[in-house]
Amino acid sequence: MSRHSFLESTLQGFTRAVAKALQSEHAASQPGLLQQLDPRVRVIGTFALVVSVILCRRLEAIAAILLVAIAIAVASRVSLAALAKRVWLVILGFTGVIALPALFITPGEPLFTSPALHLSISAQGVRTAVLLVLRVETAATLTTVLVLSTAWTHILKALRSLHLPAEIVTMLAMTHRYVFLLIETANQMFESRKSRTVGVLSGAERRRMTARTAGVLLSKSIELSQEVYLAMLSRGFRGEVRLLTDFRLKPRDYVGLTAFLFTGCLAVWMGR
Amino acid sequence: MASTFEVQDISFSYEAIPAIRGLTLHIGEGDRVALLGANGSGKSTLLRILDALYFPSAGTVTFKGEALTEKHLQEEEFSLNFRRRVALVFQNPDVQLFNPTVFDEIAYGPLQLQWGKEDVIRRVDETLEFMSISHLRDRPPYRLSGGEKKRVALASVLVLDPEVLLLDEPTATLDPKSQSQVVDLIQQWKGTARTVITATHQLEIVEDIADRVFVLEAGTVIAEGTPAEILSNTDLLLRANLIHAHRHSHGGVVHSHPHLHGHSRHEHEH
Repeated sequence: MSRHSFLESTLQGFTRAVAKALQSEHAASQPGLLQQLDPRVRVIGTFALVVSVILCRRLEAIAAILLVAIAIAVASRVSLAALAKRVWLVILGFTGVIALPALFITPGEPLFTSPALHLSISAQGVRTAVLLVLRVETAATLTTVLVLSTAWTHILKALRSLHLPAEIVTMLAMTHRYVFLLIETANQMFESRKSRTVGVLSGAERRRMTARTAGVLLSKSIELSQEVYLAMLSRGFRGEVRLLTDFRLKPRDYVGLTAFLFTGCLAVWMGR
Repeated sequence: MASTFEVQDISFSYEAIPAIRGLTLHIGEGDRVALLGANGSGKSTLLRILDALYFPSAGTVTFKGEALTEKHLQEEEFSLNFRRRVALVFQNPDVQLFNPTVFDEIAYGPLQLQWGKEDVIRRVDETLEFMSISHLRDRPPYRLSGGEKKRVALASVLVLDPEVLLLDEPTATLDPKSQSQVVDLIQQWKGTARTVITATHQLEIVEDIADRVFVLEAGTVIAEGTPAEILSNTDLLLRANLIHAHRHSHGGVVHSHPHLHGHSRHEHEH
């Protein structure tokens, strides 16, 4: 990788992160299935489906919930391409690594044996690995669809109205509020570095630079979090999320909640 | 004159590093005060103590006769009342702007202080117009220019119509036009009951924004006076690192004289 490709691809990464956030805000403001429901119903419904995914033991039932999640995403105008890039491929990579040993260490009927490597893959091993990956993919898809179709402030208010402790809601609010500041700071650090870089950076130098940037950003993030919190306190923040929007349950919210709970219960019953 | 803040012999440290040392001052109702000092002199820390964000390790601070203590600020009624009456504009507008849109940002304070929703919307719209930023209403604050961010940060506290305004380097990093707009805004409050306390090291704006000046050095007040008295005291300004000795040569003879930044042109005798 050349000096320019490393620095420029990092800078482009920061720009993409901001662009994705803007896309999320745009999706949340679009008219769609989830957007029409009260944020509390969306949070409870998503939570119910995630719990049902955890409780299901049959692949078919989890796959059915994944299809439901995809249908909700489409009806809520969430881009499937964004889901594939942000969730499905990333989860496949991370969970795949964790699930991989299960293929070989789970005892059962052998599907494939390699005498040279002294390894064999069992049918039960494949099932266990697929179950793990599918479970994580489905849960992540459900939560990502919720986040992409709901303004962050509404999620926080919904969590607070569902009695999540104010301290946790504050932490979530702070994380979201200064993440852009950190992206901007990191961007400036890399731009500054780019303007002073002569010659080609070696792999070791690139790793050192990345580690140094991460270290400085960590220190700055602590400082920023304190500053942002002081600015919130100064304007009257006392741990409660207060918005202009009032949450009021309408008949369609009851229908939506019933549909979520029914789907979750059905999946658990079928997947037991 | 009725007292707004009484600060008596306070000290404050950031872990082991002292920031404020035995500082005492009195600020009356309607005062327009400048806190002058070089970087690290304790100006920002003092503003945060006056805004009850930090609490001194020694000494006392009172606001309108009531002690500003951590315990007192935990009482909801006092806290809401204090935050309604006293507002701080931070030096770095980025830390103050954390809402999805400019409208939400300006509405944040009134909502926290539990105003009625109709009042919030009306006041936010009035403030947007007053600050000439109505066109930024639906923009995300982190996508604004430096000058726009500063105006939104100011709007986010002015919407509360506070009795006391604490401004931390309000004109720093602004272009000349935006600087003069901020100074004009502070000048509008002259003669009103609003108390304005501005921390700055920009000497050129002091006469416009303040009637009284406190000079800070190493966390304590080393001088107090009118802008004219303070700005004419060259030795004091040199001691407080607000001006510096400027060395240059004329016909091969090197000499030095006090030098003040902020003016594009100056003359002196040789």
